[in-house]
Amino acid sequence: MHNKTLVELSQQLASGALSSVELTQHFLGRIKSLDPQLNSFISTTDELALMQARLADESRAAGSAGPLTGIPIAHKDIFCIKGVKTTAGSKMLDNFISPYDATVVEKLNAAGAITLGKTNMDEFAMGSSNETSFYGAVKNPWNTNNVPGGSSGGSAACVAARLAPAATGTDTGGSIRQPASLCGITGLKPTYGSISRWGMIAFASSLDQAGPMTQTAEDAALMMNAMSGFDSKDSTSINQDAPDYTSELNNSLEGLKVGLPKEFFKEGLDSGVQQVIETAVKDIEKLGATVKEISLSTTDLAVPAYYVIAPAEASSNLSRFDGVRYGYRCDDPANLEDLYKRSRGEGFGEEVQRRILIGAYVLSAGFYDAYYIKAQKIRRLIKNDFDNAFADVDVIMGPTAPSAGFALGDKADDPVSMYLSDIYTIAVNLAGLPAMSVPAGFTAGLPVGLQMIGSHFSEPRLLNIAHQFQQATDWHKQTPDAFTK
Amino acid sequence: MALDKSEVEKIAHLARIAINEDKIPEYASSLSSILDLVEQMQSTNTDDIEPMAHPLDATQRLREDAVTESNQRDVYQKIAPATEDGLYLVPKVID
Repeated sequence: MHNKTLVELSQQLASGALSSVELTQHFLGRIKSLDPQLNSFISTTDELALMQARLADESRAAGSAGPLTGIPIAHKDIFCIKGVKTTAGSKMLDNFISPYDATVVEKLNAAGAITLGKTNMDEFAMGSSNETSFYGAVKNPWNTNNVPGGSSGGSAACVAARLAPAATGTDTGGSIRQPASLCGITGLKPTYGSISRWGMIAFASSLDQAGPMTQTAEDAALMMNAMSGFDSKDSTSINQDAPDYTSELNNSLEGLKVGLPKEFFKEGLDSGVQQVIETAVKDIEKLGATVKEISLSTTDLAVPAYYVIAPAEASSNLSRFDGVRYGYRCDDPANLEDLYKRSRGEGFGEEVQRRILIGAYVLSAGFYDAYYIKAQKIRRLIKNDFDNAFADVDVIMGPTAPSAGFALGDKADDPVSMYLSDIYTIAVNLAGLPAMSVPAGFTAGLPVGLQMIGSHFSEPRLLNIAHQFQQATDWHKQTPDAFTK
Repeated sequence: MALDKSEVEKIAHLARIAINEDKIPEYASSLSSILDLVEQMQSTNTDDIEPMAHPLDATQRLREDAVTESNQRDVYQKIAPATEDGLYLVPKVID
């Protein structure tokens, strides 16, 4: 039953062929027996899951069930769950039991979803390989010598290995799309402000956005219907009614105008990935789309601007971890300053410290204009670049990541080369746009994702394109051999 | 852009992070390479461009100045490293 999509499982629950308790036990059993190979979970919530499953079965019997009622899912360990350890992949929060639920969790609970556990991630979502987690690296289910991508690497790996039908993720610079690409699953990063950030441990607040990680676009649409919507507790939540994300799934792609940015296909792109993307675009063309080359001339500016804005916001957000109110505290502090410094020195890993230091530097007196304001101006140029492109095309397509899953350890000691694995995804966050990664083929036995970028609020259209592509291809149905049975 | 040891120490102090002496050269080198990457921004002319703080140019939403939260001090202090009589404990600040 683990090879079924969320939609298929939902149908089986509805027909009575399967109970949520059976389904939940099946996935908990798979996690127990198979996850030691992957390390995709930081913790499982067996008791909570089985209690939720019993309640889901009861409410279905009482005649009240929605599409997610009784469906087990995994949450990235960045979402607070009341009474459950929530670590953000950090030693700093290794002892943190959240006193409240994130809005995303509250909404998915209300929709009847079951929480299987918390997935592994790069520490505070800072990383592109899942190697910065305090709880150890996650392995790519397609080849356990390789990285699954990051920062939502645990969520991507567990969905790819069919240890959970779906998972939540967050995307600040590509953290849903890049691991989705590297693990061969479907990931959606929605328009900034579509899903509440409340209770989602903050990295860079003007860029952070939660989203679904699933086998298919149709599954992602159902997850979006549950996760999205205005939340007064998030000051940047969009105050408008969320659409029905399934509403356009079955539309035809006849007349769709696709733009391929020439800057996404130059030096730095793996030739195997390029081949997969070119074939996938031809398949989209066969479905009625027209394709043209476009230019996003600001492409090379996105990574530099991001590594000012994201660290600046991170240095401010992570100042809350001071060893006083929650989280890690060092032993025997000599004085208050020593308490702060050693708690943060011992509690944060190296990459997190690096980003806080960069943030503190670019925000320090005398540098603010040259770095932070400059980056914010570039951010507008990037957004203008997309606006101009969308005057001409409906969707922008290209690779999600420049390569398939690289070997564990390959880039761990070289932050800049790691940062460049997000070269095609970062601009999307700076502009606040929605984008997806959809399984599009393989190179050397590893999955490759096709990225689709839309204008603000175009998620129903993106899901439509992805769904139609998945009706015509079967890349999203492929599973890694070791996890098929 | 190359940062030296004293600059790294200064930033680490600003960020209140204790860094072991032997790690400083590594931090100096990786932070310098990140700043080199960031430096690529400077080649682009951004005169007359308005800085962008929010992707949809939204402004801060305001709400009524009313009490919306109940007191949950005990719940929140249960996860604190050290408390006493409802207060958070830190090392002595004033002699």
